Amino acid sequence: MNANSNVRSGNPLTALRRTVGGYTDGVRDWWATAPGWARWTVYALLIALAIVAPSDAIGSFMSPHSHWASLLFSPIGTYVLLAVGLNVVVGQAGLLDLGFVAFYAIGAYTMAIFGTKYGWTFWPVLVVGIFMTAVSGIILGSPTLRLRGDYLAIVTLGFGEIVRITAQNTEYIGGSRGITNIPHPEPIFGVEFFLDPLPYYYLLLAAIILVVVFAKRLERSRVGRAWEAIREDEDAAELMGVPTFKFKLLAFFIGAMIGGLTGVIWASKVIAIQPPNFPFILSATILAAVVLGGSGNLPGVMIGAFLIAWLPERFRGFADYRILIFGAALVLMMALRPEGLLPPRRRRAVASAGGTKPETSAASGDEAGGDRPAEEVAK
Amino acid sequence: MLLEIKDIHVHYGKIEALKGVSLEVGEGEIVTLIGANGAGKTTTLKTISGLRNLSSGSIVFDGKDISRLPGHKRVLVGIGQSPEGRGVFPGMTVTENLLMGAYARRGDFSKDLDEVFELFPRLAERKNQHGGTMSGGEQQMVAIGRALMSKPKVLLLDEPSMGLAPMLVAQIFSIIKRINERGTTVLLVEQNAQQALQLAHRAYVLETGTVVKSAPAADLLDDPQVREAYLGGALGQH
Repeated sequence: MNANSNVRSGNPLTALRRTVGGYTDGVRDWWATAPGWARWTVYALLIALAIVAPSDAIGSFMSPHSHWASLLFSPIGTYVLLAVGLNVVVGQAGLLDLGFVAFYAIGAYTMAIFGTKYGWTFWPVLVVGIFMTAVSGIILGSPTLRLRGDYLAIVTLGFGEIVRITAQNTEYIGGSRGITNIPHPEPIFGVEFFLDPLPYYYLLLAAIILVVVFAKRLERSRVGRAWEAIREDEDAAELMGVPTFKFKLLAFFIGAMIGGLTGVIWASKVIAIQPPNFPFILSATILAAVVLGGSGNLPGVMIGAFLIAWLPERFRGFADYRILIFGAALVLMMALRPEGLLPPRRRRAVASAGGTKPETSAASGDEAGGDRPAEEVAK
Repeated sequence: MLLEIKDIHVHYGKIEALKGVSLEVGEGEIVTLIGANGAGKTTTLKTISGLRNLSSGSIVFDGKDISRLPGHKRVLVGIGQSPEGRGVFPGMTVTENLLMGAYARRGDFSKDLDEVFELFPRLAERKNQHGGTMSGGEQQMVAIGRALMSKPKVLLLDEPSMGLAPMLVAQIFSIIKRINERGTTVLLVEQNAQQALQLAHRAYVLETGTVVKSAPAADLLDDPQVREAYLGGALGQH
C-alpha cells in the first residue's frame, strides 16, 4: 500500500492525507513530550468543556434540530462509554467482538427487572448490573475465546442476537413489549432525576471519567502489556509466559462490565426498554466508532464515538439524505485517515513504514526514515 | 537427560502430523532436527513449548512430566522458544520486545538486557526501533534475544536461518554457538541441514512425522543417504 503511494505521490488524496497526517502527528509528538502540568491543564479544560457542553450557546450550533442536552446523554454519551468499553476488547486485546450490544442489553434489563419487579433503587442495581454483565462476559468468553479472528467475530455476533431474541421471547421480562416504568435514580446532593436530561448527563459524564481513568491505568499496567502482546502475536505471547486465555477472558470481563454500566445508566433514564433497542446495528455502530477513531487509542476512540453519534443528528436538517451524508463523511474520514482519526502512535509508526514485512519496509524506506527521528526524539 | 520426548503423537484435526516421535536432549548439547517441509519439525517444537496439544506420548523436562502443562507455564520451568517466522511484536520497540521475554519473571532486567545487547550489538544500536520496521536478520536477533530474556535452560530455535542472506546465517549460527558455550542447551530445527549439522553435537532426521535417523551430527554429514536427501551431496559425488 504505502510502497504504492510513494510511487503515486502526485495523487491529490495522498497529498491531502499527508498534510492532515503531518499536522495531527505534530500535535501528538508535542503531547508525547508535554510536561505534566500541560497535560493536566488539557485534562482540566476537557472536563470543563464537557461540563459546560449542555449550554444553549453550544447547543444552538451543535444541534439546531433536536434537544442538545438529550443528545449529549444519548446517543453521544452512551456511545462514548460503550466505545471505551469495546476498545478494551477490540483495541487493546485485539478480539473482534460483533455482539457488544448484548452487554448493554443485559445491563439495561437488569436495571429494568430489579427496578420494576423487586423495587430496588438505582445504586444497588448498578452494582448487580455490572456483576451480571461481567458474569455474562465470562459465560460468552470461556467457550469461545479458543476461537480466533473471524470465527470469534461470528460467535459474538450470534451471542448479541441470542440475548435480544431471548428477551423478545421471554414473557417474564415483557417479551416484545419490553419493560416500562423503570425507576429513575434517587436524588444525589438534592438534584432530582426526572425528565430533565441534565442530571443524567452529568451522571454519565462522571462514569465516563472514572472508566477512562481506569482503562488508562490498565493500559499502562502488566495487563496492558499482555494484551498488547496478545494482539500483536498470540502464540509469541504465550511463549513469553503470558497466560493468553486468562487475559483474553479478562478483556471480555472488563469490556462487558463497561457495557453493562452504560446499560444500567441508560435504562434508568428512558423509563421503558424493548428488545428492538438492542439491534445488531448498534454493535456495528460502536465498532465503527472504535475503528474510525483509531482502535486502541482512548482519545481517538472517544472522538470517533462522538462523531458517529453526533453527525447523523447534526445532519437532521437534510431529512432523508442525512444518512447518505453521514456515510459520505465516514468515507472521507477513512480515506484521509486510513488507520483511524487518532491511531495509537506506535501502530501508526509501523503502518507508515509499510507493515510488518521487512521487504516492504525496505521498499518504503524513505517514508519510514521520515517518521523515525520524530519517534526517537519523543522517547 | 534434560529433555525427553517419548513417542508423541500430534493431530491437526484428523491428520496425524507426528506419528510417534521420540528424542532426547542432554544438558549442554546442541541437538538439531532436520527434515524437509512438512516433516513435522515445527510441530515437534510447538508441542514441546506447549502451543500444540499432544494426543499421546509424554514430554519430560528436567525430571518432570510437562505433557499437560499449559504453554505459558513451560516458560517458568525453563523452556524458551524463538518461534517459526520469528514472531516479533511489530508495534513494540526492540527493548520492549526483549522485556516481553522476561514477562514471566520479576525483578530488574537491566543486566539481562545488557547481556543480550552484548550478544547482538546490532540490537543495541536499534533499541527504540519498532520490531515491525526491522529487517529479517534483525528480527531473528530480536526473537532469539527475547527467548534468552526468560533465562531458559533449553532454547528452542525454529529455523533461525529462514529467509536470511548467507552471511547473516553464518553470523546467527556463530551466535547460537556462543549461547551454547555459555551453558544454554539448544534444540535447533533447520532446513539448512549443512549449517545445522556443522554446528550441532547430535542430530535427528525427521520424515513425515517419524524419526528416521539419529546420530552424532558429524556422522550424518558423511552419511550417503543424508547427503543425497538434504545436503545436495549427489551433485558433489559425480
